[in-house]
Amino acid sequence: MARKSTTQQVLVSTIGAWFFGFLIFFPILWMVLASFKTELEAFAIPPSFLFFHWTTENYATVQERSDYFHHALNSVIIAGGSTLIALLIAIPAAWSMAFSPTKRTKDILLWMLSTKMMPPVGVLVPIYLIFKNFGLLDSRIGLVFILCLGNLPIVIWMLFTYFKEIPRDILEAARMDGATIGRELVYVLTPMAIPGLASTMLLNLILAWNEAFWTLNLSTSEAAPLTTFIASYSSPEGLFWAKLSAASTLAIAPILVLGWFSQKQLVRGLTFGAVK
Amino acid sequence: MGQITLQGVQKSFGPVHIIKGADLEIADGSFVVFVGPSGCGKTTLLRLIAGLEDVSGGKILIDGKNVVDTPPAKRGLSMVFQSYALYPHMSVRGNIGFGLKMAGLSKDETNRKVEAAAATLNLTPYLDRKPRELSGGQRQRVAIGRAIVREPKAFLFDEPLSNLDAALRVQMRIEVTRLQKQLGTTAIYVTHDQVEAMTMADKIVVLNGGKIEQYGSPLDLYEKPANLFVAGFIGSPKMNFVTGENALQRGAATIGVRPEHLKIERDGAGGWQGTIAVAEHLGSDTFLYVDAGPVGMLTARYIGELSLHAGDHVSLLPDPARIHRFDQSGNALRH
Ligand SMILES: Nc1ncnc2c1ncn2[C@@H]1O[C@H](COP(=O)(O)OP(=O)(O)O)[C@@H](O)[C@H]1O
Ligand SMILES: [Mg+2]
Repeated sequence: MARKSTTQQVLVSTIGAWFFGFLIFFPILWMVLASFKTELEAFAIPPSFLFFHWTTENYATVQERSDYFHHALNSVIIAGGSTLIALLIAIPAAWSMAFSPTKRTKDILLWMLSTKMMPPVGVLVPIYLIFKNFGLLDSRIGLVFILCLGNLPIVIWMLFTYFKEIPRDILEAARMDGATIGRELVYVLTPMAIPGLASTMLLNLILAWNEAFWTLNLSTSEAAPLTTFIASYSSPEGLFWAKLSAASTLAIAPILVLGWFSQKQLVRGLTFGAVK
Repeated sequence: MGQITLQGVQKSFGPVHIIKGADLEIADGSFVVFVGPSGCGKTTLLRLIAGLEDVSGGKILIDGKNVVDTPPAKRGLSMVFQSYALYPHMSVRGNIGFGLKMAGLSKDETNRKVEAAAATLNLTPYLDRKPRELSGGQRQRVAIGRAIVREPKAFLFDEPLSNLDAALRVQMRIEVTRLQKQLGTTAIYVTHDQVEAMTMADKIVVLNGGKIEQYGSPLDLYEKPANLFVAGFIGSPKMNFVTGENALQRGAATIGVRPEHLKIERDGAGGWQGTIAVAEHLGSDTFLYVDAGPVGMLTARYIGELSLHAGDHVSLLPDPARIHRFDQSGNALRH
């Protein structure tokens, strides 16, 4: 079947794409706009879209009240650390399952994935007690640990899919060419696996950065990442919409920038290598 | 040197016996083709020799030394894969030179050898391209270049031409043969195509169901097939087999006559009588598919043009000196 697209079709689909893109992006835009309003204007009905008194005072207040950089640093450490450790565990695991599979490999993979099917709240109490007894509450180590475990199944699954795509013949060709296992890894495997590793890493970073259930429940101040920092604006003294928006904007900014610069890798990662 | 000997080589995957005891003597510098139907174990046998699979039993000797416990890299063989298996992230230069780099050759020497190999294979203009920027034939040449540059004891080819189109396949077939003769390096070549086997080989190994059916020169196999399988597999179109009365008269359970050894006579009286079902006129050859009643369907080949058509009556006279006789179990009976 020959597929020809007329100018008209292109126009319609372009408009459609922009429309849905805008629809999806709108909450983020709204949040950014609200962060530049005063608290009063943020609540105003009907809301003003662009013509309001622009102010940056929310950002100043937010930074003054709670140390943004302290939480941002925690986010970096927790997201980065959990991603790094997850990769260190997942690479050999996915590797061995992709290159020397056994009868049970598929079952193991499914079992790993099944652990993601239970709602996390189901294990909140035991995990909380374990954290308490080991003195891990409100510690970065504890959060790195729990986020790493939480994302491990997805990381392994993704890497497994990528590694499976590497043709065995090529590894055997390297072996025939006299490469030792170590050199095979350095010169052949790693370069071929880098796109897959990069997109897995990015996706995991984003998942860990945005993770809110465990970070909210297991940290309060010392180890609190940006998610906790945002949440602190929706509590005791009532809802401060503009400040909450400012905090949220600050919290998502780094990951948004990272995502922007790595779109290509991300798309590949999210489609699990289905698109080549 | 590259003399390869197999002694009772066996391979099982779990409970499945794939190679059932192979004995073979491959002389240094010879071109040996493994041929057989798909799934008969050709690739497996080649991979056993390469060291990519471990034998379940028996010995593999390279220049007299048993290598069954030697890793592939140390066997001094190089392999051309069916899929080419080029390193996608390396240039042609990188691909061809990878083995030399692994062997610790200096950059200058590697470059010199890579360039010489590329020149032999007409790849010089493509040295800095990536495999994905090459055509199928060019990728094939790179794979061959990677094999020759290391000056191995033997080349192992696994159906290297099967992904090429027909015209290119014939051309590469000639090039590979010429290159092997020029280098004088032992070669083991796997194919399921008996024409490739007949045209390229010094000696052919016919495999069937994990067993070596016959080992000999192309003409040996054509003139003295050891059994029904080889007789039917080698030669195109296939040998005609006739059983019953006609075979018993000659003291055999089955007799076989090749299409080119049937003399075709219009309205003749002797031989096997029949009606032409299909006639193929190629100009250079004429193939007749003849329904010979109780004898069965027979194929006859005439060199040149023969103006006979479907429905015509013919008699087919087998050349008595070219009749192959087989016993009850399918083994050839010698006169
Ligand atoms: N790694 C393996 N595990 C199990 N069975 C295998 C394996 N490799 C090959 N086989 C089986 O061995 C038989 C011979 O395969 P192969 O040597 O590839 O045949 P050929 O190359 O002659 O077509 C086939 O039936 C195939 O299914
Ligand atoms: Mg094969």
